[in-house]
Amino acid sequence: MGRKPNAMTVRGVKNWLEAPAAGIAERGGKLNLLRGAVARVTTPLLPDDYLHLANPLWSARELRGRVVDVRKETADSATLVIKPGWGFDFRYEPGQYIGIGILVEGRWHWRSYSLTSPPDWNDPRYGKKVIAIAVKAMPEGFLSSHLVNGVSAGTVVRLAAPQGAFVLPSPPPPKVLFLTAGSGITPVMSMLRAMDRRDVVTDVVHIHSARTAEDVMFAAELDALHARHPGFVSHVHLTGEKGKFATETLDELYPDWRERQTWACGPLGMLDEIEKHWHEAGLESALHVERFEVERSATTEGGTVTFGKSGRTVTVDGATTLLEAGESAGVQLPFGCRMGICQTCVVTLSSGHARDLRNGTERFEGEKVQTCISAAAGDCTLEV
Amino acid sequence: MAITDIRAFAHLAAEDVETLGQELDTLRRSVEQSLGERDARYIRRTIAAQRALELAARAVLFGSRNRWAWMTGTAMLSVAKIIENMELGHNISHGQWDWMNDPEIHSTNWEWDMTGPSAQWRRAHNYSHHTYTNVLGKDEDLGFGILRMTRDEPWRPVHLVQPVANIVLAAAFEWGIALHDWTIEKELTGVSRYQVFSEPNKAFARKITRQVAKDFLLYPAVTGPAFLSTLKANATANLIRNLWAYAVIFCGHFPDGAEKFTEEQLEGETPGEWYLRQMLGSANFSAGPVMGFMSGNLSYQIEHHLFPDLPSNRYPEVAVGVRGLCEKYDLPYTTGSLGKQYLLAFRTIHKLALPDRFLRRTADDAPETSSERKFAGVTLHPGSENRPWSIDPATGKRRGLRWAMHEAKIALRAKAEHEKEVLRGAERTLRAKARQEQDLLRRARHALRKSHTSYSA
Repeated sequence: MGRKPNAMTVRGVKNWLEAPAAGIAERGGKLNLLRGAVARVTTPLLPDDYLHLANPLWSARELRGRVVDVRKETADSATLVIKPGWGFDFRYEPGQYIGIGILVEGRWHWRSYSLTSPPDWNDPRYGKKVIAIAVKAMPEGFLSSHLVNGVSAGTVVRLAAPQGAFVLPSPPPPKVLFLTAGSGITPVMSMLRAMDRRDVVTDVVHIHSARTAEDVMFAAELDALHARHPGFVSHVHLTGEKGKFATETLDELYPDWRERQTWACGPLGMLDEIEKHWHEAGLESALHVERFEVERSATTEGGTVTFGKSGRTVTVDGATTLLEAGESAGVQLPFGCRMGICQTCVVTLSSGHARDLRNGTERFEGEKVQTCISAAAGDCTLEV
Repeated sequence: MAITDIRAFAHLAAEDVETLGQELDTLRRSVEQSLGERDARYIRRTIAAQRALELAARAVLFGSRNRWAWMTGTAMLSVAKIIENMELGHNISHGQWDWMNDPEIHSTNWEWDMTGPSAQWRRAHNYSHHTYTNVLGKDEDLGFGILRMTRDEPWRPVHLVQPVANIVLAAAFEWGIALHDWTIEKELTGVSRYQVFSEPNKAFARKITRQVAKDFLLYPAVTGPAFLSTLKANATANLIRNLWAYAVIFCGHFPDGAEKFTEEQLEGETPGEWYLRQMLGSANFSAGPVMGFMSGNLSYQIEHHLFPDLPSNRYPEVAVGVRGLCEKYDLPYTTGSLGKQYLLAFRTIHKLALPDRFLRRTADDAPETSSERKFAGVTLHPGSENRPWSIDPATGKRRGLRWAMHEAKIALRAKAEHEKEVLRGAERTLRAKARQEQDLLRRARHALRKSHTSYSA
């Protein structure tokens, strides 16, 4: 009865009407009133459950999108332009990433990719508002290869809301340094495009490493950007010829690097080195780093399991189930049959990999796992 | 007393049970590995077809004041509700389609069109029932707390109303399930019955309010002047769905041959023994593709209990493998027509309404429950000291449980025959003795009459 005071207010009535659609309220928009009202007749379903049978994008229960264009960037990378369905929030910040789910052989696979499009992107080529991600095929990466080579326009994908703290503030700082390598350029591309669109390209230096000139994603666009905004410098470092980019050379190349706010994204080794360098210079607060979860097969067994809500961790071997791991760390996990049949213990794997002990199937970040028959395959975090 | 030692009952050695378990694991893996686009399409199409059928039914019911529209709409809605419950709700909540990693077709999210909340049902059904299948005192689906479905359970006077309780349960099956799951949910989560605003109570109240309001108030109201006829149509569709779900469940668990187990059997149960318990504790009924689909493929109850989380559309092919293993290990594979299986369950319901003194058999050799003691003194194991089974010298086939059951049947018949024979012999002796005595009496009377004549002479 705690809600009584506002039960008679307009807000109270609105909340009551929306209640059945409460699960999607935050992104459902004004339609939720109608959704909630109709859902009382369609319960336990939402009207969206029927509507999406007519058009997959007409559902706000799950964010969806349709691939409207696949553009090759380099030999092993491509840009996917996606038109999101109902409920997608276009007010993301440049540099954020989205989760994307794609159907391969009956199974949905989830991965996170940086958005390369600027927020509120309205490209006349595609009509309504769209978003874009750029994917680089990894030699071991099953899904990235599929996205680069196997996806065609028209494919319906699932989307998770944009997130991430690796973002460009608005307005951007007067002096900026971007340090990227490989597909680490993707979040920075979103930042550059946003600056360009808002016409606030300040003093920006972008140092990008790639193996050869052909491997440089968005090369033409970077040149065009420089032509339009002299304040922008694109420094491409080809590792095939000159080897790894040495942070020490910054002093000669751009001696004012200490005055710049820096955003860095690339392989883990490079980021570690950059962090060390900035730490030694006492400039940690000027450095923003994004670490990509490297898409690879879970080759390791066991690891450190983190329980998201309690923050507890425990290190286990590859034969210990996640349920046992939780219990040994004193975390209350749901459980039932303890043999993988009742689905009582299912929780979301928020990062890392796990392996189904019964058949060796790998489970990735974003997937749901049965903790009683799954073990850690490397470090992982459970959303419980 | 029901089965306390499943190995002895099944006539299998420990290593046989283990190999059987491994063979079932292999069967499971081969299905898991072949899951793909075809299966995903199957469930997506089933969902789309069910939604379309339901929408069409609701649309037709706008004209429910017309008799034909009423009948068509009701029939369509009944079928839609049956598919929603059996092939969708039941199977998706079992996690059969979790492998697709589709958040909308996932056991943790699915809510079904029945009175009880899916979450409560999942706990009671997936956990309590499927883990402790047919274990007395652990599996509360055994009679759903209302019916006495095995003579392992002591008779109480309330069981006299069983024939009526059965009809009520069948007609209101969704309510029976909902109340049953609600109780178990509270029990398992340790919520006191006096805690009125507990989470299980709230979830239950919310769900039943929505369900009842939908079918008995809102949909009828939407059809305006056809309010009453739509209400009747919705009630009828719910009733038909309830009766069908009831029949399918009863045919899967209560025909003769679906064995019951004791808690002793659970202690230290191996994975192989778990499989064995599922196999011996369930029963199938024969169904073609259409009836199989309408039963959510629970016509393959044995396969479902062995692999509750394998997609239902694969049960027909799994059944081929399971039958093969039953053949190999000489285990029974309990099946029959829907009518036959239901009549067997029906017989048990009515028989067990009576106290035990009216029943001839005991819990060790009854049709609905037996135990390893059933074979005491009736099975022969020529030449097998360390194995409970033997090889038939003529066919080279294993003589296991099926053979033992066959023998037990013959032995029991022979025993009955023998008892009858003894009875007949005793009768003969008695009759002879009676004749003798009569004879003696006659002679005595004769002698008496003679002496009487001589006196008078």
